[in-house]
Amino acid sequence: MLKKQIGNKQIDVNEEGYLIEFKQWDREVSECIAGECNIVMTERHWEVIEYIQDKHHKEEPLSIRGIKKSGVINIKEFYALFPGGPLKKATMIAGIPKPKSCI
Amino acid sequence: MKQLVILGAGTSGTMMANHLNSKLSKNEWEITIIDQFKTHYYQPGFLFLPFDIYTTKQVKKNGKKFIPKRVQYIQEKIELISPEENTITLEKGDVLDYDILIVATGTKTAPDEIEGMNGPEWYKNIFDFYTYEGAKALRDKFREWEGGKLVVHITEMPIKCPVAPLEFAFLADSYFKHKNMRDKVDLTFVTPLDGAFTKPRATETLGYLLDEKNIKVVTDFNIERVDYENNKIIDYADTEVDYDLLVTVPPNLGDELMERSGLGDDMNYIPTNKATLQSIAHKNIFAIGDATNLPASKAGSVAHFEAEILTDNILRYIQGEELKEEFDGHANCFVETGNGKALLIDFNYTQEPVEGTFPFPGVGPLRLLKESRANHMGKMAFRWIYWNMLLKGIHIPFVSATMSEKGKKLEKVN
Repeated sequence: MLKKQIGNKQIDVNEEGYLIEFKQWDREVSECIAGECNIVMTERHWEVIEYIQDKHHKEEPLSIRGIKKSGVINIKEFYALFPGGPLKKATMIAGIPKPKSCI
Repeated sequence: MKQLVILGAGTSGTMMANHLNSKLSKNEWEITIIDQFKTHYYQPGFLFLPFDIYTTKQVKKNGKKFIPKRVQYIQEKIELISPEENTITLEKGDVLDYDILIVATGTKTAPDEIEGMNGPEWYKNIFDFYTYEGAKALRDKFREWEGGKLVVHITEMPIKCPVAPLEFAFLADSYFKHKNMRDKVDLTFVTPLDGAFTKPRATETLGYLLDEKNIKVVTDFNIERVDYENNKIIDYADTEVDYDLLVTVPPNLGDELMERSGLGDDMNYIPTNKATLQSIAHKNIFAIGDATNLPASKAGSVAHFEAEILTDNILRYIQGEELKEEFDGHANCFVETGNGKALLIDFNYTQEPVEGTFPFPGVGPLRLLKESRANHMGKMAFRWIYWNMLLKGIHIPFVSATMSEKGKKLEKVN
């Protein structure tokens, strides 16, 4: 486990930079991680972040097609908001684990 | 007489029929199982069929053979579940009442969901191996294929048996080596995830397999369509991967019966309590196996462990007792790595697959997360265990329904 300094807080992250405890998440954490991915958060970004956090808390799987079906955002826009691997970046910014397989 | 109805006579449904047959009093309970199909498939065998390791006869049997005589077997399509009336409507219009319902309708591939997948090239140079028909068609194709770009592709998660596509790639490497044509096959694994392995311990211990077998990996690939005219798969970021032969895992969805009955989530899986296996919406409806929305692997071993726990919980429900929150997401899977070797992985909701020994701490004989011939023998022996023990609800010695933490180098999932 690694520590990451954000503002005056220290948060716990794994080797890939994903939060270990969602309770350490807040918008300042999101903005900092987004900044490291060269993303500036806008209202549209927050809508997507809230949607995927909600899915995560309900323990529902995340997929690009699932997001397309949700009607929250179209896929081209999702890629534009989180360029280069939108799901893995959006989950990191949202403070939740990346989508994984069993190994 | 009270009525217990099981929907689906696959791995989960058949196991539940056998468990409950021995537990529910014949004087009080009638048990009915409904499935539209006659044949019971050994689905893990679909991985081996394309490579001529198993024959078609080894992966299918008459399903009725595994259902106890006391259980009524109805071979008909199910039209509707009406949870408010506690009834099931069959395709021809017959209506059955239930006191307890077990949903075991599984998951299925949905190639129509992707533009161009289930088109004119389906089963010509685009195949799946998650169905009997697909695996058999692919076997015939492989027998005559002269080589080229072989792309093994996962559309999206979750899928049944999440490691099967990787096993398929490993076995393909082995198969073409044995045919002395590996140099004519360019093998690429395409995944929507960020790696062929996605967990730190597995990446660290197993990453070498991809280099050793010369398998290229394309990650973060979210397919938008198959351009079957030009033999390309194209993702939402406009990345293209060329193929001569595409072996894809289409989207997996639950049964449309859930949608018709208003019981499923947006992928037609039934929202289920992940520890008790009771459906969230209705106390007298339980779900098991691939049909649930549980954040566990969709795999026969998971269904097997769930069946033992669900049987106990149904007996508790009948007695008016509180259900036990016992299921921990336990999965135990052999993973073929080719050349007569396999891995064994053992994990649950909170523990990722780690190294260690199984089933006896410190002894084995099977080694976790490590390639060995013994593990491969275990996987081959499992077909016998499946038909002769697992389906009949016979407990497999030394393997518990919940995961044992002994003899393992544990790490928490984060």
